[in-house]
Amino acid sequence: MTQLVSSTSTIEDHPSSVPANAVEVVDLRKEFLRRDRREGRFSRRKRVPALKDVTFTIAEGECVAILGQNGSGKSTLVRLLSTLLLHDGGSARIFGYDVFENPRPVRRLVNRVSVEASFFKKMSSAENLSYAARFYGMTPAETREKIPEILGKVGFPPERRNESMEQLSRGMQQKIALARALLTSPVLLLLDEPTTGLDPRSKLEVQDFIREVRSIHNVTILLCTHDLDEAEVLADRVGILHRGELLSLEPVADLKARYGAVTLEEAFFAATGTSFEHEEDNDPSAGMADS
Amino acid sequence: MKAPAGTLRSEFIGLGGIVERNAYLVKRYVWWEVAFFLWTVANTLTIVFIAKGVAASGGKLDVNRQTTILLIGGVIWAYLGIIFEILTETVAWERWEGTIEYTFMAPLSRPIHLLGMGIFAVGYGVLRAGLLFSVIAFFFHLVMPHANFVAALIILAIASVSFIGLGMMTAVLPLVSPEKGSQLGFIAQGMLLVVSGVYYSVKVLPAPMQALSKISPATYALEAIRSSILEGASLGSLWHDIWPLIVIGVISIPLGLGVFRRGERYAKKHGKLKRSG
Repeated sequence: MTQLVSSTSTIEDHPSSVPANAVEVVDLRKEFLRRDRREGRFSRRKRVPALKDVTFTIAEGECVAILGQNGSGKSTLVRLLSTLLLHDGGSARIFGYDVFENPRPVRRLVNRVSVEASFFKKMSSAENLSYAARFYGMTPAETREKIPEILGKVGFPPERRNESMEQLSRGMQQKIALARALLTSPVLLLLDEPTTGLDPRSKLEVQDFIREVRSIHNVTILLCTHDLDEAEVLADRVGILHRGELLSLEPVADLKARYGAVTLEEAFFAATGTSFEHEEDNDPSAGMADS
Repeated sequence: MKAPAGTLRSEFIGLGGIVERNAYLVKRYVWWEVAFFLWTVANTLTIVFIAKGVAASGGKLDVNRQTTILLIGGVIWAYLGIIFEILTETVAWERWEGTIEYTFMAPLSRPIHLLGMGIFAVGYGVLRAGLLFSVIAFFFHLVMPHANFVAALIILAIASVSFIGLGMMTAVLPLVSPEKGSQLGFIAQGMLLVVSGVYYSVKVLPAPMQALSKISPATYALEAIRSSILEGASLGSLWHDIWPLIVIGVISIPLGLGVFRRGERYAKKHGKLKRSG
């Protein structure tokens, strides 16, 4: 297989003593201000915890899945590690760099794919990818070579390269989102529900691509999902995040054994006391217009 | 770690990427650009016709001179509008498209990011303003025998530094208030319109407003550009307008960056740096 990605971020970029863990999160805490509408229009805003002293590590090259319902804190965790949120306590280090004190080198090492593909809709896939790549220091000459290569790898028809993103299917957009993340050679990939809303075929294609990228490029992956099957087939270890607390993080077999469960869904139910489909209206990061 | 030179090179590539993306967007929305240009022409005509209207109703004035004064006001106003609009889009458009998180987690420094937006805004604004000026001047058959267009362009370039600094301050507003931030940018622009003598001399303003006009870069830009186009004033003779522009520019850029940095920090603290607001 040809080299998909350039050497925009390499291990040489890391601190001289390369840490054993790609990600080290210790007692990470995040709270949001939220007004309780039930207490009236002029009620005081309260601090609502989104993450409660979350601690875990991810080894280099490992894939860890975090399972949780909507509002459990998965996206908050991804956004904290992406340097898009400031924390309220604890620490997070990525390849030895403090995410909050020294975010710039972290940004060189990390990229993400979220539930929404998020592109400039009128621009083409090639234009969107080249825009993203420039931020990571890739020259026009480099992107002219790499973009067709990576678009070919995700199965994107070359003749549609100049079509605007709004003309592409949701599945195709998500594959281009994955290509965008990989184009910048991240050593840590944050996947926030990357296959949610995709048809079964597109979902499998995206999952295959994630697996392939991981096996060939040794990318460390944090996958936040509420797709139990996806977590089981892609991840080395699976964590359960419930109401901002990380209840467990271990290989699927150990997780099932711990709760005496046959399926991951049963283990989730035993750990949280709620069914996986049950959605809670307690997302602290929602409705931030109030804060 | 990568050498500083490598980082600097990456920053310049990123700056080029910002300009390139804006050029892509202009290309993709080209018919909308044409429509907005026609709207600007109509707006400017509405203002510039006032000189003829006053003359037709018996007022005694040099119609050619007064029309040119109003035209310069209209063109600078449109130019300022473009700078503010494009810089405000740093956040507003990216939020609307959903790309804001990807852009703000990228390893491009914020000053270079904003500078890239500013450079594109100035380049695009000068083109639009130049075209607008030419169209209206042709429409009214304006005669400008003494015009020193080179001096006018240099004044505009110097003033643009201040305009970019002010634009950076308004660019942060959609980050702080996703719903109403962009509109607050228009309010800031409107305040400049009132105190800067866009369509009238600042001498007609009440004393407190005249004091405000002294800290507006648009005041000096308008006076200097009018002098260079109507009287053919040289840069040397416009120094009394140039030095305040330089001082305001030197202050406004770091001030704009500081305001934006604080706004970004606030947004990160309160979870507002995301697509849905």
